[in-house]
Amino acid sequence: MQRTRFAGIAAAAAVTLSLTLAGCGSSSGSDGGDDATTISVVYQKTASFTQLDDVLTKAKSEYEAANPGMTVELKPVESEADQYFTKLALMNKSEDTAPDVIYEDSFQVRSDAAAGYLAPLDDQLSGWSDWSQFDDTAKQAGLGDDGKTYGVSLGTDTRALYYNKTLFQQAGLPTDWQPKTWDDVLAAARTIKAQVPDVTPLNIYGSKASGEATSMQGFEMLMYGTDDELYDTQSQKWETGSKGFSDSLGFYQSVFSEGLGPSQDLALDSTLGSQVSTTLIPEGKIAIAIDGSWLPGQWLSGDNAWPEWEQTMGMVPMPTQTGQAPGSTSMSGGWLLSVGQHAADKQAAFDFVATALSKENALKYGTEASQIAVRKDVATDPAYLGYNPSFEFFSSLVPVTHFRPATPDYSQISSNIQVAVESVVTGSATPAEAAATYDEALEGIVGPDNVQAAS
Amino acid sequence: MATLELDGSTSQGRVPDTRPRGTAKEAARTAGRLLPLTPAIALMGVFLAGPIGYALYGSLTNAALSGYRAANPEFVGIDNYTRLLTSGDFWHAAWLTLLFVGLSAVVGQNVLGMFLAVVQNHAPKPVANVVGALVVGAWVMPEIVAAFALYAFFASDGTLNAGLEAVGLAPASWLIDTPMLAVILANVWRGTAFSMLVFNAALAEVPPEIGEAAQIDGATALQRFFRITLPMVRRAISTNMMLTTLQTLGTFTLIFVMTSGGPGNRSTTLPVLAFQEAFKLAQIGYGTAIAVVTLAVGALFAVLYVRVLKPEVD
Repeated sequence: MQRTRFAGIAAAAAVTLSLTLAGCGSSSGSDGGDDATTISVVYQKTASFTQLDDVLTKAKSEYEAANPGMTVELKPVESEADQYFTKLALMNKSEDTAPDVIYEDSFQVRSDAAAGYLAPLDDQLSGWSDWSQFDDTAKQAGLGDDGKTYGVSLGTDTRALYYNKTLFQQAGLPTDWQPKTWDDVLAAARTIKAQVPDVTPLNIYGSKASGEATSMQGFEMLMYGTDDELYDTQSQKWETGSKGFSDSLGFYQSVFSEGLGPSQDLALDSTLGSQVSTTLIPEGKIAIAIDGSWLPGQWLSGDNAWPEWEQTMGMVPMPTQTGQAPGSTSMSGGWLLSVGQHAADKQAAFDFVATALSKENALKYGTEASQIAVRKDVATDPAYLGYNPSFEFFSSLVPVTHFRPATPDYSQISSNIQVAVESVVTGSATPAEAAATYDEALEGIVGPDNVQAAS
Repeated sequence: MATLELDGSTSQGRVPDTRPRGTAKEAARTAGRLLPLTPAIALMGVFLAGPIGYALYGSLTNAALSGYRAANPEFVGIDNYTRLLTSGDFWHAAWLTLLFVGLSAVVGQNVLGMFLAVVQNHAPKPVANVVGALVVGAWVMPEIVAAFALYAFFASDGTLNAGLEAVGLAPASWLIDTPMLAVILANVWRGTAFSMLVFNAALAEVPPEIGEAAQIDGATALQRFFRITLPMVRRAISTNMMLTTLQTLGTFTLIFVMTSGGPGNRSTTLPVLAFQEAFKLAQIGYGTAIAVVTLAVGALFAVLYVRVLKPEVD
């Protein structure tokens, strides 16, 4: 009898311990906004990204002044993008914690709309005179699978190569660098490594911890410069076994096996993104960085101001693999403000979104956060055009830019791209092995009918 | 053997029951005995069996964190499990879990805990107290704090490397080059105190006369320890082994903070894998299946210990 009782206790203990695991993450703090007079706004804030917080704080006071009795509750989530998505998804899963207004990455819109987390805004938008000011790409970005609009764009972005002219000079490289192929980029990085010690020659995001930055600023900047693509928009199928995919991973392999990239502990750090823009680039620790157009925003003013950036940093488009037409490539994304499906008063939530994206606020955000403006009245405003000398360069990339595949599965597939990249970066898989793992995971996500072998 | 019955009487040497064995009366008696247990059983049902059942069900669906499958998950039978059992990542994680549990809990915490307990029993009181306080300090720390402290210790620019450099040794990237070693050492550091406390209590119960008698018969200190002390505290060892194993099996925070399961999947144990699949790759159903498997492994361990280290009453 003693033995059975003991086994019983043992089993119960085992179960309890494992349950703590099963249940982890299912309860994530803070109340939602069932209260119709409170609008809860959830957005991201980090050491290098405070501009949205500024704009929303301003919009909060404007909205509350115009709507007495209403309260806007700002709930910044202080984490890097990757944890922000997880946190947001968990908040959205329960009606009690679902926010009323959500800062939403454009690649999550279709997925979250399909999951029923977001409310369609068509009725509200049709009555909003400012909506006509938004350009077509911005309108596209908010579309769900059902053709309804689920978010209003805050701005878009492009990506390119930043390079430190001082370090280039030390290495004997031209300060008006014009790489034409991937090999040109690698060659410059090798020269830096040989000539300038203690500097990371080339930063490219390559870890699961860096999240979407790995997919978009890293892998896709390469992939979309090859002859292949991730997703065939004609046949609406995902591609497997493409040469471009394994070649892109091969680029990572060259960078990390030759020691051209950041050290492993830095490369795998979840705060790498913030570190790159706030310390590593300003301190001259990185010679070349593939990064987004928003970087100069924080160098212009605020805690991370770095007035010398204009003289120090050069910007050049990311070349295609072998220089094939159109010669350079870029990726565009951007974020939106959406209204949660469980918002008690959707009109009020939308009104807050409209306040936050008024011309004045959109101009403030567009300039300070270094966005490519999507409101026509902002894009043509002299205050916007004259604010930041990098706007002209990054806007010029719009003709060669790409958007991520707009399907609800993209976010899951993107996570698997990150897994593939990290396995190559850490040397635990060859590009061919990592690509095969990705293909297998891809088929698991979208089903065998939705993939096709690359031609 | 004296077995305690629910009503507190002992069954040993009980006179044959002369009461009439009327089935109705018997049933009423059983019901009467079970009545006080119903609140506990109900609570267990709601808070233990319920979630387990729900987790089991969840593991049979393709529920996702976002997208269509978040709104309408489909029942996919045992697909998640077949996928799991054919996945290299799963077996890799299972192996690392075994390694982690085996080295840090079964060997590390138990052996070191026993060693410290013996030392404490023989050391002068002040030394024993100081050692005890230091070791228990690691244990009372909340897991997240301990994890951050250990991250700061093992990180490339951390305390360990600073110490190594100070004495002229080459620093290393512990969390990158030897992630499993780092988390195993971390868990030993954190968990040893528990074993020490358990063994301390057990050793205090060993009557000194037996040891003295053996000493007179010519047994060496080692012989006395292995032939007398250890067998006498066997039950404490088995209980402790089971508790530390199960606790280590579920360790998530420590590993997640120190290495996030990386680099790559080189320190991804089953709980970390479950988290990544569920919340990073957004496949709640698949992640839950891993959690269920972890649960089964825990139960298996428990049964194994109870069988192997039979804690029969002496």
